Amino acid sequence: MTLLEFCRWIQYSAPLVELRSSPWAFPVIATVHLMGLAVIGGAVLLVDLRLLGFGLQRQPAALVVRDAEKWLLRGLAVTIPTGLLLFMCFATKYYYLWFFWVKLAALVLVVAFTFSIRRRVAMADAGRTSPLERRVVALVSLSLWTTVALGGRYIGFP
Amino acid sequence: MSLPGLIEWLGSTPWSVALHESRYAFLVVLAVHVLTLAVFVGTAVMIDLRLLGIMMTRVPASEVVSRLMPWTSAGLGVMIASGALLFYAAPLLRYENIFFRLKMAALVLAIANAWFFHRSVYRRVAEWDLDAVPPRQARLVGAVSLALWAVIITAGRMMAYQDYWFN
Repeated sequence: MTLLEFCRWIQYSAPLVELRSSPWAFPVIATVHLMGLAVIGGAVLLVDLRLLGFGLQRQPAALVVRDAEKWLLRGLAVTIPTGLLLFMCFATKYYYLWFFWVKLAALVLVVAFTFSIRRRVAMADAGRTSPLERRVVALVSLSLWTTVALGGRYIGFP
Repeated sequence: MSLPGLIEWLGSTPWSVALHESRYAFLVVLAVHVLTLAVFVGTAVMIDLRLLGIMMTRVPASEVVSRLMPWTSAGLGVMIASGALLFYAAPLLRYENIFFRLKMAALVLAIANAWFFHRSVYRRVAEWDLDAVPPRQARLVGAVSLALWAVIITAGRMMAYQDYWFN
């Protein structure tokens, strides 16, 4: 079975046909997806603003990073399942949109980056990372998340 | 000139027609509007969660508010500017949209709620700055704010479906 056939199979499976027959299911799922995006936005900014020097600079890094990570995970716990549902509703459409694959790749990259390099740099003591290093890490994180969000907007058109 | 008349005239101005018919300009504005949502509502939600006493409880409330609020305000500015352009691109369509009206009403309430917060319980922030769980009034402001963001996001998303559902 090719990936395209798989997408077709999901999209036309009974539960998804049922879901699509409801006029409000897709908009409601998309709305919940957007609310999750807002939570992710806040949690990401909390750490990236701190790395850039505009955040909660007087607090210990570990305190800010741990709280932010908890809400980032909660945001992902909302956006990933809702995103999967949105994808499955029109899987064959998204299959052909190159921006969808860019979005997916950026998402995987940014999550991996967040819980490895970004966490290490954000948690490091002030003397152990240079301001430039911290800024670059924040900008990489912000650009990748921007790509994820933009991808979401552009694949949403009929 | 009546309000509907004014709005109809606005929609007939050349720039409105140009934005409405543009291929990319409209999409760019829309993308800015959605991206800024993450900054604006995102930072607002972080503040609300601190006011509710469920996040950053060891950080002084005043520090969370003073460090994040500038980003919320800047985000609000971009939201209103990009939102005004989206309105300008199709004034009559937006004006007649029930979800648009709901969104504007909720937005006014959200701003009033933030204004009320700064005028009331936040004036005495020194008394509760270090409390993990802020006083009832502050928690209420946080809860009302969260609820209003949810309404604003929902109404914003539903605006696209008015025709589909009701016509």
